[in-house]
Amino acid sequence: MKGNEAIAHAAIRYGADGYFGYPITPQSEVLETLEALMPWETTGMVVLQAESEVSSINMVYGGAATGKAVMTSSSSPGVSLMQEGISYLAASELPALIVNVMRGGPGLGTIHPSQSDYFQATKGGGHGDYHLIVLAPSTVQEMADFVALGFDLAFKYRTPSMILADGIVGQMMEKVVLPPQRPRRTAEQIKEQCPWAVTGREGSRKRNVVTSLELDSAVMEKNNERFQRTYREIEKNEVRYEARYTEDADYLIVAFGSIARICLKAIEDARKEGIKIGLVRPITLWPFPFDAIREAARNVKGILCVEINAGQMIEDVRLAVSDRVPVCHFGRMGGIVPNPQEVLDALKKDFINK
Amino acid sequence: MKREDIIKPENKVYSRPRLLDDNIMHYCPGCSHGVVHKIVAEVIDELGLEEHAIGIAPVGCAVFAYNYIDCDWVEAAHGRAPALATAVSRLNPDKVVFTYQGDGDLAAIGTAETIHACTRGENIVIIMINNGIYGMTGGQMSPCTLEGAKTATTPYGRRVDLNGFPLRVGNVVSILDGTCYVTRQAVHTTAAVRKAKAAIRKAFLNARAKKGTSFVEIVGTCSSGWKMSPEKSNKWMEENMFAHYPLGDIKDTDKTE
Repeated sequence: MKGNEAIAHAAIRYGADGYFGYPITPQSEVLETLEALMPWETTGMVVLQAESEVSSINMVYGGAATGKAVMTSSSSPGVSLMQEGISYLAASELPALIVNVMRGGPGLGTIHPSQSDYFQATKGGGHGDYHLIVLAPSTVQEMADFVALGFDLAFKYRTPSMILADGIVGQMMEKVVLPPQRPRRTAEQIKEQCPWAVTGREGSRKRNVVTSLELDSAVMEKNNERFQRTYREIEKNEVRYEARYTEDADYLIVAFGSIARICLKAIEDARKEGIKIGLVRPITLWPFPFDAIREAARNVKGILCVEINAGQMIEDVRLAVSDRVPVCHFGRMGGIVPNPQEVLDALKKDFINK
Repeated sequence: MKREDIIKPENKVYSRPRLLDDNIMHYCPGCSHGVVHKIVAEVIDELGLEEHAIGIAPVGCAVFAYNYIDCDWVEAAHGRAPALATAVSRLNPDKVVFTYQGDGDLAAIGTAETIHACTRGENIVIIMINNGIYGMTGGQMSPCTLEGAKTATTPYGRRVDLNGFPLRVGNVVSILDGTCYVTRQAVHTTAAVRKAKAAIRKAFLNARAKKGTSFVEIVGTCSSGWKMSPEKSNKWMEENMFAHYPLGDIKDTDKTE
């Protein structure tokens, strides 16, 4: 099935309580699949087509405030519209899952694949000091698997998480093993796991208020310090990446999502020519695998950062190695996807045939 | 001397509603919000909904409504309360969800969310205080500011050739098929307070009975924003606001069905 369809199936099977979305290419199959599967008749999951991405994310905000596992999906221009709500989710310490199947920008841009929302996803995106946990799937299988992972991390740390996919993995069809059906959490489980949730003030409980507003500067600073402590915990515990052929590598490629697979083919082709290249594929784009890249880069002559954008992740790669290793960027824009030969040619041009 | 020493139980003829907290309100003297808060707290209590009511607070003067009315609350982004209420209500169908908004929050930045929540007929209560001004930010023109009214952004009075016409939100949402009850009330006299309370009570009962969206517009005063005394504000409201925003039920499907 398509990556977008895998997201929909995985959401139902996770036991998600609600999905709120608005059509936009190239991810409309998420909403379409959910509407076709009618999970409200099986698991009781709510699915609603909202009037805009602004409303979608605010429905997610409302739903998350009640302790429910809620999500939305969109593509780049739509995710830009959601930034206000995402900032509110982060500030109110609410768990939620946001899927961005990236298309090329800026502006209305193109419906073709891109990775040009890396900055927006990993550096905050909306206003204020916050981060999302950002997962970058490279296969349809990971599209399915990261739904549960994204939700679980969001609830563990009380922070929104994002699946940052691209139009390739969203539209690509692959075999996928779907997870078993999990039951939706009961009202009692929600009250136990999310004592902060707005579930109706029962008995002697003090009222729960979910808000991001705090006009007392001293308290607001304390709130921000609490957010930052959570981010440091996530950085400590949740870095995920895949390393391939790094042990004997003379050169290193860093790439994420579907592009990492194209790079892996380039690396395997290069081995036949006797050129030893390793690959680090960050799976969490935030927290970023700085240590893994630094480690893998210890004996290499150069790092090629391959992204289908103008060079965004390269800033984090340069930070990882403190510019002690030359780092070059190779990418295409406008929805164009490079082939393995182009990647290999770029590496040779930058580091070998200088 | 403590307050309890002055107010002796045997002398008490009236008390604050049980669900209205003792927190000192931040509202200005003469503001309508306090009275509407009191009505909402009374209605939730009288209908036995305190464990079921979930309020959605706006951005604007009523942003701190959650500090006063003792039920669970979510504080929305500016204008987005009906979107939040939609999800809270759909995911928690046993709850009674209400939004509490001003006309700047609801009728300008939140127009789309309002129209579509009403169109879908969400089983929620929308309470909108229409005082024709942005109070919290210092008295700028709102969608409901009357023609000729002076505000911080219409210092020479609202001109329709520049700023368009004041928006009758109640009338707009009344034509939407998802609304079951749309009414316009005020809280400037005892009689008006009683009518407004009956309207809010009916709206909560509609939500509980899942009849669709109930929209209660309360025409109110903003003495600070209007730069008038509370007394003069009430008079000005009666003479000017009521002419453009006449009070009474605009739609009630109980009566038309």
